[in-house]
Amino acid sequence: MNLAEEISQKFGHNVSVSSKSKRRIFVGVSKSDAKELLSYLYHDLCARFSIATGTDTPIGVEILYHMAFDRLGVIVSVRVLVEKPELKMPSLTEIIPATEWIEREIHEMLGVDFIGHPNLERLLLPDDWPEGIYPFRKGDQGK
Amino acid sequence: MTGPKGFILSAKEIRENNMARKENIIPIGPFHPLLEEPEFFKFYVEGEKVIDAEVRIGYNHRGIEKLAEAKTYDQAVFLVERICGICSTSHPFAFVQAVEDVSGIEVPERAQYIRTIIGDLERIHSHLLWVGLAAHFIGYNTVFMWAWKYREPVLDIFEKISGNRNHYGMFKVGGVRRDIKKSDLPELLKAIDEVESFCSMLLKAVIDDPVIRARTKGIGILKKKDALDMGVVGPVARASGVDIDIRKDFPYAAYDKVSFEKIVMTEGDVFARTAVRLLECVESTKIIRQCLKKMPEGPIDAEVREVGVGEGIGQHEAPRGEVIHYTKSNGSNYPERHKIRAPSFMNVPSFKKTVIGESIADAALITAAVDPCYCCTERMAVIDKDTDKILLNGNELVRLCQEKTERIRNKK
Amino acid sequence: MINIFTWGLKKSPWVFHLAASACNNCDIEILDTLTPKFDIERFGMVLVGSPRHADVLLVSGIVNRQSIDRFKRTYDQAPKPKLVVAVGVCACSADMFRDSYNFVKPVDEIIPVDVYVPGCPPKPEAIIAGIVKALRKVK
Repeated sequence: MNLAEEISQKFGHNVSVSSKSKRRIFVGVSKSDAKELLSYLYHDLCARFSIATGTDTPIGVEILYHMAFDRLGVIVSVRVLVEKPELKMPSLTEIIPATEWIEREIHEMLGVDFIGHPNLERLLLPDDWPEGIYPFRKGDQGK
Repeated sequence: MTGPKGFILSAKEIRENNMARKENIIPIGPFHPLLEEPEFFKFYVEGEKVIDAEVRIGYNHRGIEKLAEAKTYDQAVFLVERICGICSTSHPFAFVQAVEDVSGIEVPERAQYIRTIIGDLERIHSHLLWVGLAAHFIGYNTVFMWAWKYREPVLDIFEKISGNRNHYGMFKVGGVRRDIKKSDLPELLKAIDEVESFCSMLLKAVIDDPVIRARTKGIGILKKKDALDMGVVGPVARASGVDIDIRKDFPYAAYDKVSFEKIVMTEGDVFARTAVRLLECVESTKIIRQCLKKMPEGPIDAEVREVGVGEGIGQHEAPRGEVIHYTKSNGSNYPERHKIRAPSFMNVPSFKKTVIGESIADAALITAAVDPCYCCTERMAVIDKDTDKILLNGNELVRLCQEKTERIRNKK
Repeated sequence: MINIFTWGLKKSPWVFHLAASACNNCDIEILDTLTPKFDIERFGMVLVGSPRHADVLLVSGIVNRQSIDRFKRTYDQAPKPKLVVAVGVCACSADMFRDSYNFVKPVDEIIPVDVYVPGCPPKPEAIIAGIVKALRKVK
């Protein structure tokens, strides 16, 4: 059974799995199920957390968690939509410590609040950057 | 220039003063005389021991991801090249692969080989650069000069192939921009032989030198569990027993057509990281030689007109580890979203695990062993835990590091 | 009557590298001038670790919001007479980063620049030539 089938079987209707190619699998999951799925990939299947991407869309911020399976040569990208205007998402730092910095970056660039993050401080933007201006939002030019 | 008593000196005295004041340290980057500045790396100490460490990044933040959205795919390659000068080609390498991944663009075989050659030439020059800087930190300035001297043949090869010593502009979506002339092959092979013999010599010198061993063995250990938890990549991971290398695990370009070893060690200390990097240099010369000999004739550019709609991910094993780029295309010529993650983003946070509990004399060396972008290592400060006063700045920290080597050398 | 200060500067200029937010390539090429192939020291030039000892400031990179204060302060610390050489296209004109949200203004609107050395990065020979050109400006 390949990786895509394994994930589908374990999580059933809670996920939507699509294999773009042999090496690329995209899995859509709801905000509430994301932690369980990522914990399964990270702890049970021993994936490596490569990075997360935040993209601004009209209805929310789409976060993709890219998990690398080095032994198989496959990347599984888990897609979660964090709705506007609340923009709240549970932090993954408890299960995957390596997410600490990228959650800070997505927070300051897109305005997503990661609940439970130990230290949601500025990472890249200067100390005197004005609050409320998020450079990666499609509307905000940050000028 | 006035002398110590405030009177004007004669020309001869000025010259002599200049020579006497010449410092032993080769300065690396800006010096922070104003001690209230927020530093890049902050080490909190109690006596000689580091008990906590913090890092503040953002000094080099230029907003490249946002800028990339306003550039065409072709222009963005030049932009991402300038994210970092040392891993200059690593970012274009991952970027073009991400764009090609969107709709499965096939790259001609000759271009794949050229990409591999450029990628691994960069690995050699970057590791030699690092070895030089690390040697400077522990006071081996001769090694610094030699390592940087032997970078020059590599940079000359780059100039011959691409026209520039750094920022080669070789990559484009669908292939490479310039070809390697057949008539240049003998010269290139000769230069690679020269570099390989130097790397082997340097490797032996480092491994066998008792002072370097004493200075770096057991220092700044990153345990395998911590390496896995923090998601570190590249030589930092491989020195701690984490068996990952994008060139082998997610084969791309011509890496699956050449034979080379994955270098993994288990100690996780500064010595292991040095050895891994030097051994990798030797492996890279093997890769380049095989590529130069096996490269088939043919086109070097797929002449891509359209990128397609969808998402793409591209990875490359840069000298510092995995570079990963993600791009989202909406069918136009401009990326809708372009995410760049450099290897140092995963590696730098690990310094907290390696430096806490160690002596302050080793702090500069341990931080450098992560191989962050070079100008990050210069901005260091040591702070007293109780008084919050800054005790030492970056230059002084490096001097402390060098003095420890002297003490070890004098004991032998 | 020879001006002792400028004579000392011209004979053995002490060069300080002031990096703003650079990609490091110019920084590496500046350090490269120390290495045996280019050997800046045979011209009597010395790379120093403090702006307080500097005669010539080599500026590289663009100035972003985080680094602008430190940049200005470090410039002010260098004693007169001082010369500024902008090394690399980023320091000359901000290059492709002009539209960035983190970009403030070009280097020559923050501090006076005497010589511009374009290139991305300029070769070490060009950097040394730039310093020599700056020194010739000193009467």
